[in-house]
Amino acid sequence: MSVTTVAFYVIAVITAGSALGVALGNNIVYSAFALMGTLLGVAATFVLLGSDFLGVIQLLVYVGGILVLTLFAVMLTHRIADVHVSNRAVGRPLGAVLAGAVFVYLVRVALRAHWVVRAPAAPGPTIYGVGDAFLTQYLLPFEVASVVLLAALIGAVVVSRKEVRA
Amino acid sequence: MGGLDLTHFVVLAAILFALGLFCVVTRRNALGILMGIELILNSANVNYVAFARYAQTGYDGQIFAIFVIMLAAAEAAIGLAIVLGIYRSFETIDVEATDRLRG
Repeated sequence: MSVTTVAFYVIAVITAGSALGVALGNNIVYSAFALMGTLLGVAATFVLLGSDFLGVIQLLVYVGGILVLTLFAVMLTHRIADVHVSNRAVGRPLGAVLAGAVFVYLVRVALRAHWVVRAPAAPGPTIYGVGDAFLTQYLLPFEVASVVLLAALIGAVVVSRKEVRA
Repeated sequence: MGGLDLTHFVVLAAILFALGLFCVVTRRNALGILMGIELILNSANVNYVAFARYAQTGYDGQIFAIFVIMLAAAEAAIGLAIVLGIYRSFETIDVEATDRLRG
């Protein structure tokens, strides 16, 4: 086995194990920290796939932004009294059957389908190509995305502010 | 690449998707459900980038993954604001207890 393969299996075990912690943990704080492991593992997977820029974006936006936001929400909505089972789950057998069926089906598709693959290009810096694509072919979606983010920002402020009736 | 191919990454994404789905359908804490959604979005991103590397040339897959991350950020901001609003009016974020629409 080459170094890349070993690295993949280590990363995959970390990612899947942390995701298991997110799905099964009884404490919402532990689930949030397990989510950090999953997000870091996915970032490492991106780097392994030769997408260095995307790995950095994943670190900055997911681990540095979304996860911190989630932890803030956990702290703000979490009462110390119910620290033991703060992440209640119901219908686990049924959920396991559903998730297991979906998983078996997806793996079957992944193994049976004849993917049109080509030899992967040698890994190199991708920032130039991504930036070029954003400013030529994907310029309109890029601008729409900035409007969406502005709307989300204003919407979040409006939803979470304190209502002051004049 | 020593035997590492597209299938490895697609199966990893399938594991993440199944666990995220399990999280979404069994959790009763609104924040737990949002975490499950993050898992599902990440599994989609792994697929996008894996196919971008192994099945096509160009940067389309990575661009789509960046858009998914962007929308996930917007979703997290709005979703957590809504969760905080629910907590303010119900004192809990258990989705089975918050079944009243009247304020």
